[in-house]
Amino acid sequence: MNTRKLAVFLMWLLSLVLMACGGAPSQPSEPTPQAPAETQGAPVETQAPAKGKIVISNWDAYMPGDLLEKFTAETGIQVELALHATNEEIVGKLVASKGKGFDVVFMTGQFADAMAKMGLLSEIDYTKLPNSANLFEEVKRIPFTKYAVPYTWGTTGLCYRSDLVNYEPDSWYDLLKPKPELVGKITMLSTDRWLLLPAQKALGFSANTTDEQEMQQVKELLIEAKKTLLAYDNTTFYSKLVSGEALLVEAWDGWCNYGIAENPDIRFVIPKEGSDLWVDAMVIPAPSENKEAAYAFIDYVLRPEIGTWVAENILYKVPSRAVMEKLSPDLLNSFPNLAIPPGELLKQEALQDVGEAQSLYSAIVAEVLASE
Amino acid sequence: MVSPILLLGPALTWLVIFLVFPLALIFVYSFLQRSPFGQIVFQPSLDNYLRLFNPTVLRVFLNSLRIAFIVTLLALLLGYPTAYFISSQPSRWKNTLLVLVILPFWTSYLIRTYAWIVLLNREGVLSRFLLGLGLIREPISFLYNDTAIVIGLLYGYLPFMVLPLYSSIERLSPELREASFDLGAPPLRTFWHITLPLTLRGIVTGAIFVFVPSLGNFFVPELLGGGQRFMIGNMINNQFLQARNWPYGSAMAFGVMAIVLALLFFQAWVTRRTEQV
Repeated sequence: MNTRKLAVFLMWLLSLVLMACGGAPSQPSEPTPQAPAETQGAPVETQAPAKGKIVISNWDAYMPGDLLEKFTAETGIQVELALHATNEEIVGKLVASKGKGFDVVFMTGQFADAMAKMGLLSEIDYTKLPNSANLFEEVKRIPFTKYAVPYTWGTTGLCYRSDLVNYEPDSWYDLLKPKPELVGKITMLSTDRWLLLPAQKALGFSANTTDEQEMQQVKELLIEAKKTLLAYDNTTFYSKLVSGEALLVEAWDGWCNYGIAENPDIRFVIPKEGSDLWVDAMVIPAPSENKEAAYAFIDYVLRPEIGTWVAENILYKVPSRAVMEKLSPDLLNSFPNLAIPPGELLKQEALQDVGEAQSLYSAIVAEVLASE
Repeated sequence: MVSPILLLGPALTWLVIFLVFPLALIFVYSFLQRSPFGQIVFQPSLDNYLRLFNPTVLRVFLNSLRIAFIVTLLALLLGYPTAYFISSQPSRWKNTLLVLVILPFWTSYLIRTYAWIVLLNREGVLSRFLLGLGLIREPISFLYNDTAIVIGLLYGYLPFMVLPLYSSIERLSPELREASFDLGAPPLRTFWHITLPLTLRGIVTGAIFVFVPSLGNFFVPELLGGGQRFMIGNMINNQFLQARNWPYGSAMAFGVMAIVLALLFFQAWVTRRTEQV
């Protein structure tokens, strides 16, 4: 009696759910009003009325707070902002939706590289970005810039308390095989690529190596190094330096600056064995339905005043000649790593997606983290 | 009769869409494979489950079970007297005390975990305090080890132990204890033979409420354990986010779920047995 009704109801419910789920992917992410057709091949003028609406995703507070408002006022393009906390999060979203739902996304180079290899990104036509003339020419030598427009860049190195460490660390071994006075006062980054980087570089391997034997050596070195660590830390390592809880940490250059801002005795050094070159960049997912507006947005972000805001507020290097040559000497004095020249940065190895070998990387990271 | 369907409908819809459906999805994923760039490829196999039996994964599982077990035991030792105390108070105090038990939930667990870092680090409040008292000469760090993880989990999940214990102790008729006393049993014996068996259901429920989330937690080991103690939650988190290997991560999640299900069956069994008594 009642059970039968319930069964019927459940069937109905199930079919409802299946319908809803089957229907979802075919729906366009956003009903974007079609932008007025541009004349093909004509150079895009900055005032071109590329109307419409775009959805972008960026880290929180990674661009000037009034940028979107000003951009909309100038171009008439509406922008919806989504936020992501990590590369992994936004890549997860984009892979799941096959790139749909976003027009411009900020992400780090090796992730853009993987997305491009999956065919989820559209190739960048730099002729549609007049302001890309501001970028250092060298930047475009990095392979993935074909699909990703550089926003900021930098490297990873040692960040330390020069007042409490009585020598000048200059090698990844200072981190991995520390002098007795530093044992238990060291942190390393825990995100897979940067957890592996110090050992890869110390042993003289590529940061993108896919060689199993090399990775075995990397693993052994990291398991040894774990015994002398205070912690793995991705987010608060610079506060640990400021409090004196840690004396030497593996750090991204820009994040070391957050420590320097609170304690000028904190220094940054690129280890002599070399390091990585990371690039945070803007990409246009292939299914984007408003690419003209996406280009207009990226071109706007490439304006020197935006880059200057980033350098002064985020304390990251910007791959733009127009920005870096005009930074105030005071800023460069306070944060010497902002002055690392492009040539020096480009000597470091750009992190790329390692494809098949990612499983090997993950297995080694798990073994290192789970080791006693 | 329409009313049961009307009453159940909303919750049932919710459960199907947000629990049953995602679970089914993860279950399907767990038999698929990862493409070189992290997409899911449709190549059904048992590989992901077989890979759960490699030594690293097993060690992480065992270590997590051990930590969750210690947390549960300590929660019981701390929670039982607390619940007993609350239920023995006059009723006007009971509500106040119960509100105090759940008060921490007003702030995010994550933020409260950061607060523990401030308390326990080498330059932190506790270390300074002990230095000031002259009990220690050098500042010491209480963080980045198993003990710190246990403290963080115990602190977070203790209310989940106290509440079910309270409700089962509260239901216990005082006459049973009085009868035991009248028949000459000393307090400890009364507790052991009367109170404890009759509150066993509360104990098992509380233990599961504490054990299950402790087993899956990933931010406490990350923050208080300094990322050096890898628990199941961390490993699953890493598979989904860093390794972008959703199929393998899904298989791990089902491994955990198998453990949890076994515990729930155990709970059901205990409940049935105590009902027969």
